[in-house]
Amino acid sequence: MSTLTVPDQIPSLEEDCEQLHKAFSGWGTNEALIISILAHRNAAQRNLIRQTYAKTYGEDLLKALNKELSNDFEGVVLLWALDPAERDAYLANEATKRQTSNNQVLMEIACTRTPHELLLARQAYHARFKKSLEEDVAHHTTGDFRKLLVPLVSSYRYEGDEVNMALAKTEAKILHEKISSKAYSDEEVIRILSTRSKAQINATLNHYNNDFGHAINKDLKDDPEDEFLALLRATVKCLTRPQLYFEKVVRLAINKLGTDEGALTRVVTTRAEIDLKVIKDEYYRRNSVPLDRAIGKDTHGDYEKMLLELVGQSDA
Amino acid sequence: MALPVEHEALTKAFSGFGVNEKLFISELGRWHSEQRKVFRKRSEQFFIEDERGFERWDHHHVALLEREFLRFKTTLVLWTMHPWERDAGLANEALINGPQSYGVLIEIACTRSSEELLGARRAYHSLFDLSIEEDVASQVDGPERKLLVALVSAYRYEGPSVKEEVAKAEAKILYNAIKNGVSKKPSEDDEVVRILSTRSKLHLKTLFHYYKEISGHNIVVDFDVDMYLKQTVECMYAPQTYFSQVLDAALRDDADEAAKRALIRVIVTRAEVDMKEIKEVYCKLYGVSLSETIEAKAHGNFKDFLLALVEKGQSD
Repeated sequence: MSTLTVPDQIPSLEEDCEQLHKAFSGWGTNEALIISILAHRNAAQRNLIRQTYAKTYGEDLLKALNKELSNDFEGVVLLWALDPAERDAYLANEATKRQTSNNQVLMEIACTRTPHELLLARQAYHARFKKSLEEDVAHHTTGDFRKLLVPLVSSYRYEGDEVNMALAKTEAKILHEKISSKAYSDEEVIRILSTRSKAQINATLNHYNNDFGHAINKDLKDDPEDEFLALLRATVKCLTRPQLYFEKVVRLAINKLGTDEGALTRVVTTRAEIDLKVIKDEYYRRNSVPLDRAIGKDTHGDYEKMLLELVGQSDA
Repeated sequence: MALPVEHEALTKAFSGFGVNEKLFISELGRWHSEQRKVFRKRSEQFFIEDERGFERWDHHHVALLEREFLRFKTTLVLWTMHPWERDAGLANEALINGPQSYGVLIEIACTRSSEELLGARRAYHSLFDLSIEEDVASQVDGPERKLLVALVSAYRYEGPSVKEEVAKAEAKILYNAIKNGVSKKPSEDDEVVRILSTRSKLHLKTLFHYYKEISGHNIVVDFDVDMYLKQTVECMYAPQTYFSQVLDAALRDDADEAAKRALIRVIVTRAEVDMKEIKEVYCKLYGVSLSETIEAKAHGNFKDFLLALVEKGQSD
């Protein structure tokens, strides 16, 4: 469930734009005003604001934000202001640029979005980067990572609830065979995880648990240093229990020495309108501390304020 | 008494592409029992002399006849169908028919626009409760699986932007892959699959141009070693040539059922796309017009319908 709160009566588009424009003008920037508007508008409303702002002031709102804001606050506002599809395209493109373990971000986008959302992201990618997402991912990854990530970002999974139980049992067996012989990047493993519908995968992994006594991720823990295995485990989690996956990302981001603002910003902005409420509940369950309190302790300034507006206050 | 000339016409009408309904009505429909008996006695290819003293229909031939009667209906239904449903159905049929029909998958994946292929994938969800990639991945057994799955999963960029240096570099990669074709099958080469299945068509056209400079040959010639790769490249480099060749194979006297079905498929799917260009290429390659060949080889309503589709747009 979403954590975004939008007032019942919002100002007109023109008023919102005027206020934002005011926030940029004169000495300094009125960050609080920016937060009070943008953090309480949904994707459709933000799109309209951007359009109206451009028509009225002849400048892309994002450009203005980029000029006026800085650091982590700028990061969260810019990412938030984007349309979800554009945001995913932007995040994916950033992830192909660097050498780091941003394979995880690519997998995250490919597996936690609905097939339709992933498609929209791919369309936005064409428009913005003049290339296809899969060609960039293919070009910038290698080996097992490429083997897994290209099919994942290219998938257009069936979205129905129908499940073939016999098939689930068979494919659970295949997965177990391959994993037992440490063939983690075997074509069959990739095939099942990257093409089957989420409902089918869930059924398959339930069978795995039933037939072999424990969840599949337990068998993927062979080598703690193995990055591919880590990605595979995260893939499974994203496909079956995305909120648990996001809770962990947020937990690690906050617990990390100095905080991983990139990850925190990414999760909050991409999930605020989807399931951040569930992630919050998971966070509390796992850490005995409400998420907003943890964010408050770990971040500061306008960055903190913006995050908290998106995350919402805890009921406690 | 029926005349031999009519027998010959009827024999022809009974076998071949479609059925000559008018002839059946005007001739066979008017014969009395003695004339029909003579026909049966003289048509050894259709009737067997039964040991119990009568001429018995060869059931195999009745089945063939049924199939030829159905061609008009098949063409009609396919023509009226939404292109998305059509392509999804053709793809599914190809999968069921097995390796000899995998070329149809390549044809659909490579000659349709990105949006058309996407539409086909949507329709596949509706028709079969599966995604096309999961079906292809689970049904295709051989080394061509990688290529086929990648091709049907593509959502290529379709804009004008091309990076010349990249196209040149990738032309070299393909060239080397063919040179090393002895040690490693090109269709299993990850780089070959990556380039052919993710790059935009414009990028590939540019690449093929550089390829010719490097190799001295047209890429289609060099890729002759692998039939799936060859067809992939043909479909992207010169689709109208590819389609002309398929049509020619379908209209030969010794064409098998698969080749014959290709005639309907190609004409129906290209009638409003590039039939004009296909006709030009066909004429250049074979020295006779497509319409003339269809006139000579097909019969009845089926023939008339095909000609109507082929000549569609002539007056536009």
